[in-house]
Amino acid sequence: MKNFICKFYLAIIMIFLYAPILVLVVLSFNSSKSRVVWGGFTLDWYRDIFRTSQIMSALQNTIVLALGSAFFATIIALLACIGIDAMRRREYSVVMAVTNIPMLNADIVTGIAMMLLLIRFMPLGFSSIMLAHITFNIPYVILSILPRFNQLDVSIYEAARDLGAGPVYSFFKVVLPELAPGIVSGFFMAVTMSMDDFVITYFTKGPGVNTLSTMIYSQIRKGIQPTMYALSTIIFLITVLVLIVANILSAPQKKRGMIHTPGNHI
Amino acid sequence: MLENILSLNNITKSFDGELVLEDLSLDIKRNEFVTLLGPSGCGKTTTLRIIAGFVMPDQGSVLLEGEDITTLPTEKRCINTVFQKYALFPHMTVAENIAFGLKIKKKDDDYIRQKIKYALELVNLTGFEKRKPRSLSGGQQQRIAIARAIVNEPQILLLDEPLGALDLKLRQDMQKELIRLKKELGITFIYVTHDQEEALTMSDKIVVMNQGYIQQIGTPEDIYNEPQNAFVADFIGSANLLAGTMIHDELVSINDVRFDCVDKGFGNNKPVDVVIRPEDVEIREKGQGIFPAVVTSVLFKGVHYEIFAKGIGIDWMIHTTAYHEVGAEIDLYVKPFNIQIMNKPESEDEAVIQTE
Repeated sequence: MKNFICKFYLAIIMIFLYAPILVLVVLSFNSSKSRVVWGGFTLDWYRDIFRTSQIMSALQNTIVLALGSAFFATIIALLACIGIDAMRRREYSVVMAVTNIPMLNADIVTGIAMMLLLIRFMPLGFSSIMLAHITFNIPYVILSILPRFNQLDVSIYEAARDLGAGPVYSFFKVVLPELAPGIVSGFFMAVTMSMDDFVITYFTKGPGVNTLSTMIYSQIRKGIQPTMYALSTIIFLITVLVLIVANILSAPQKKRGMIHTPGNHI
Repeated sequence: MLENILSLNNITKSFDGELVLEDLSLDIKRNEFVTLLGPSGCGKTTTLRIIAGFVMPDQGSVLLEGEDITTLPTEKRCINTVFQKYALFPHMTVAENIAFGLKIKKKDDDYIRQKIKYALELVNLTGFEKRKPRSLSGGQQQRIAIARAIVNEPQILLLDEPLGALDLKLRQDMQKELIRLKKELGITFIYVTHDQEEALTMSDKIVVMNQGYIQQIGTPEDIYNEPQNAFVADFIGSANLLAGTMIHDELVSINDVRFDCVDKGFGNNKPVDVVIRPEDVEIREKGQGIFPAVVTSVLFKGVHYEIFAKGIGIDWMIHTTAYHEVGAEIDLYVKPFNIQIMNKPESEDEAVIQTE
């Protein structure tokens, strides 16, 4: 009985979480435009996506923004972590508090603030969105990389120097591989944060430049087309795929540690 | 060839205004097994890191084979280190770890392969080439760390408390292993530890340090039998540390009881420190010792009993294989040459150095 209740409870959670997405996926294959009548299976909406230049340019913007902002944010965050790691306890906590504020801050505040800042220096458009995305991604990547620094045994860097390697070679050959899992997961987190963002993009974008989220939002006023269901389904699949890849990339590290716990016995 | 392979001259180093080493000078001879021994915070690890090149001294110079290497970066020194926590590269295999230094020196593949084979044979881990450090035990990781250091044929091998993380049995095995390695390789070992037993077992020469100063340099026998001051006597092994008065040559008085001894040249009626090792205090039948005592506690320590007895106002620590009951009335006796006389610290400065 207890077992049944457990499973039932779990089933309800799953239904609430995934039923809406399932409906969306089903509707994306529905040839009827109605949301309640099943008009037969079709792939037309998917075909339409690739025929609508508006969607294609928004898709392109989204991808370039996600990968680009994640790339730059990761580099900046890595450099920041090297500095933060070298700080004393007091400075460390101050900088970490400052780093955390943008994450806790309401998106709309960040969005308006970024707009006010950027509009002073450039016309709002693709570049301003890119700068905004890099900015809000940095704290997330720092938070993903920094724990790796804390786990890092400084003596492996010293050991590399001791064995004849220069400072730069030691960093790339010995330190960076240890940080890699944090860097990779930070990068992917930044990609999804950027793809996910609506509010900040909406405030920092200029006329004529759209990402998928802002474009879908503008479509709502005209009434949502089934192409949007198809597009959302694709985005959902990509997100799932990215998550699986990120998990596979960082999982082996953990598993190895679990199987061979370091012991003092021979 | 110079007799001294390494010389530290007047090294001073402070961290954040706190003096760690002051005016330290030390010569190390070729092929010696030298141990820097002292409690934590005595400056022994800092000394090692200055030799390795991880720390620059504020003042003073480091000479290797007579050449000044004070400002030479770590990677240019012909010195390799075995780190306390092994510091193996986790993402590389054992073979890649060992080859790391050789690849940087652009040795050819054949040479590297032979060296790996030789080094693994030396540390008794043949066949471990493809393993990852994480899959090895602490003792095995330590051996790989040693192998990785010695394939580079350093002039000096530095070892920073390398056995600290191992359990007792393994530590004793590794001590023997290190002595064997030292003999086979014929290079200079500088070893840092706070474990006095380890130091006594392995070293040719022990440098006892405290609070940034060298307290005594000598062979293990010298350090144990002839400690130069109360700190050394107390830190090396256990000891009955007593205040006494040198009445004249070869006669010392402790709490108004006179003891024959063999030390001379301390002057007449001078206050001195006296060290008597617990194994040198003999328990005798009533009437056959120097003074009477009463047993206050008995502890079984495996090889011997540790007995505390109260006599002439002092708690005597005694190591003996014979059992005595608590409350037993006994006599104590100490052979003259087992009484070690030391000068009292002369200035207040010296006293600060000697007491922790």
